[in-house]
Amino acid sequence: MGDIAGIVLKRLGLGLITLLVISIIIFGAVEFLPGDLAQAVLGQGATEENLAAFRKQLGLDRAAPIRYFEWLGNAVTGDFGNSLVSQKPVSEAIGERFGNTLFLALYAACIAVPIAIFLGVLVALYRNSVFDRVANVMTLTSISSPEFFLGYILILFISVKWEMFPAIAKIDDGMTLMEKLNRTFLPALTMVLVVVAHMMRMTRASIINLLASPYVEMARLKGVPAWKVIVKHTLPNAWAPVINVIAMNLAYLITGVVLVEVVFVYPGIGQMLVDSVSKRDFPVVQACCLIFAATFILLNLAADVGSILTNPRLRHPK
Amino acid sequence: MSDKKEFKDLLTQDAKSGKLGRRDFMRFAVAAGMTVPLASGLWTSDVAAATPQKGGKFRVGVHDGNTSDTFDPGTYLSVGMIQLAHAHRSYLTEITPENTLGPDMADSWSATPDAKTWTFELNKNATFHNGKKFTSKDAVASLNHHRGEGSTSAAAALLSTVVDVKAKGDHAIVIELNQGSADLPYFMTDYHLAICPAKADGSIEWDTMIGAGPYKIVDHKPGISTNLVRHDGWHRQGAYFDELELLVLNDPNARQTALITDDVDAITSVDLKTMALMARNKKLVVENVASGSAITLPMFCDVDPYSSVDVRLALKYAVNRDELVEKIMFGTATVGNDYHVSSGMPFAPTDIPQRPYDPDKAKFHLKKAGHSSLDVSLSAADSILGGAVDMCVLYAEHAKKAGININVVREANDGYWSDVWLKKPWCFVKWGARPTPDQMFSLAYKDDAPWNESHWQNKRFNELLLTAKAELDEKLRAEQYREMCQIASDDGGTVIPFFANFVYARNKRVAHGPNLAAAWELDGGRGYHRWWFA
Repeated sequence: MGDIAGIVLKRLGLGLITLLVISIIIFGAVEFLPGDLAQAVLGQGATEENLAAFRKQLGLDRAAPIRYFEWLGNAVTGDFGNSLVSQKPVSEAIGERFGNTLFLALYAACIAVPIAIFLGVLVALYRNSVFDRVANVMTLTSISSPEFFLGYILILFISVKWEMFPAIAKIDDGMTLMEKLNRTFLPALTMVLVVVAHMMRMTRASIINLLASPYVEMARLKGVPAWKVIVKHTLPNAWAPVINVIAMNLAYLITGVVLVEVVFVYPGIGQMLVDSVSKRDFPVVQACCLIFAATFILLNLAADVGSILTNPRLRHPK
Repeated sequence: MSDKKEFKDLLTQDAKSGKLGRRDFMRFAVAAGMTVPLASGLWTSDVAAATPQKGGKFRVGVHDGNTSDTFDPGTYLSVGMIQLAHAHRSYLTEITPENTLGPDMADSWSATPDAKTWTFELNKNATFHNGKKFTSKDAVASLNHHRGEGSTSAAAALLSTVVDVKAKGDHAIVIELNQGSADLPYFMTDYHLAICPAKADGSIEWDTMIGAGPYKIVDHKPGISTNLVRHDGWHRQGAYFDELELLVLNDPNARQTALITDDVDAITSVDLKTMALMARNKKLVVENVASGSAITLPMFCDVDPYSSVDVRLALKYAVNRDELVEKIMFGTATVGNDYHVSSGMPFAPTDIPQRPYDPDKAKFHLKKAGHSSLDVSLSAADSILGGAVDMCVLYAEHAKKAGININVVREANDGYWSDVWLKKPWCFVKWGARPTPDQMFSLAYKDDAPWNESHWQNKRFNELLLTAKAELDEKLRAEQYREMCQIASDDGGTVIPFFANFVYARNKRVAHGPNLAAAWELDGGRGYHRWWFA
């Protein structure tokens, strides 16, 4: 087990370096965008004097490297600065919205992961049957359609025609959990449809891959029923790639939902990132991107640890 | 019979405007020969539906709301904030539903004959949401926020002629200008010039969100929603709703779905492509209000080939405006005539003939300028107006018939205002509405204006601009503006294909008076206190 702790520490260290590099790239990218914050905030109506006064007020008239290192120095001590536009602390502005994003991702994951694995096992069991084909076609169709299109289809039928669930997913603190789950059902369902196919097909593929191995042949020969061969003998060995795909999809649920947020008017972090990029609000962009990057790094780490734990050969290397 | 009908209309009108109560209405109606049931029916069907009544929570889906919106009136920019500003803050004057100037925080105003010194008498009953009385100190501070060294306000240019703003007693202010301006009271409706409470040092307190408007903010989540309740100390008639909720719905489809599924009572900016489908829904009403927001295509008059007035005229004759309005705007626009004064603006001329689509005439002018054919580039981006590039492509098709090749350049959406506008010799521009011709002309057509987007220099036009500016005689002024419009149309460097309409929608439950202001969406942003639940 000591090895795992070592791996985790090493990976976390590498993760920090990755974050540093990402922060430089993001800063550079925002700097390279045409126009700046003053122009974005004051709009078409601004005169040169306005713009100069505005830049001076926010310290934007200083050289880019100075501004970056100042931000970095504060960020290292845990202070991510204030939003340049609203002058409120970034953590305050992002906190609630990030919570909403996590809530929605968790909601979708709770539905999507069990369904995907269950379906994956079933289609592996009945591989090449009509059921297999239908499940594949359906999930591949849903993953191939853009999220906003799926969202609109769901709104049209489930919300406008059948009036089952609300189309606008606005949630606030006063709501009970049930109300929230009801309000956010459609966006969660959209995301489920988008991620299920990937996980299901990976489960199917890695199980079928193992079905040709001699130990499965052995199990069959000794008379184990087909479903038991899959659930007890192949699935434990198939976990590693499946866990990796699950982790990737969880990360996607957190970082890739801007379109879903827009369609359902869900107050998550994606919309905030888009807003702050268009306003060139660097501290907010930076904080959002770093949160996304950290999500990927942590989930990847979790996936690797997970696959080691489920594989005795990796757990006890020679 | 016609007399009776007229009397009936008159009676209904009086009743609607609140001059007649139900009892009087019935008495007059019966006296005029109506039967009691008829009169009573008329009251319920016609009058009661149009009589404002209090109550309810008005939920509005607003577009263009951002997490980065702030309450500093100097940096108001988004439609979402402009709408909210009119709900919770007040202005000295307002644009009425009839598109005339009316009082708000100021009761009346007057000027010296040279229109250089203006006095605004302020309302004595107005209060802020925290109970503080509104005085001249607040008005002075609110205007000074947009002036002076180091001001970050986007309205600084608007008030550049103001030399001094000072209090005259507790309930009047005096504004001094360095040149006469008959339009100053109109300027006071500009959405930046919101009245905020003054601090002791003469600056304004804007971050507390306290205003003197009809509703006060209870809860504000930037880019998500704002909840407001009625401000009981509001100084005017109206504010019929008990509560307001402004919900940011940036996606056009989400807005429309919310209206259809009854999650909101009204929405701003209906998607033009699906407008016809929405209009079929019997629960909803789509409002299509002519606005002063123009699409302009300015050419640099000091750059060849646009330096020739005949080339400019050729390009003006080579556009089929009706088809652009029909195909690009789905009928929700008003055809332009190459002068920047819309029919909803004061002093709009009515007798200037509409320039037709005439490829032969375009060819004639081209020939006169010494060209047999012409190759020009027109820059556009869809972020300025959805369909801007399509519009230019369609224009290019029209112009082909006149031997003009327009090469449409799709520019990057980001940074269009800094990299294309005022930089490229011919480009696509969308202007927000300005309340008066003078403001529009001074901003974008005056010879030395920084935003003279067509680099146009016309002596007579600029002389008239200065004369008309300080002319307090409305009739003379109208004649001067008519001449200026004619000059702009015949000599100017700007093609104005059309003025965009405001298209917004509401549930049938929501009622409003007979007219709608054209300044902003939702009755000039003032539907919040003018409308009610029928």
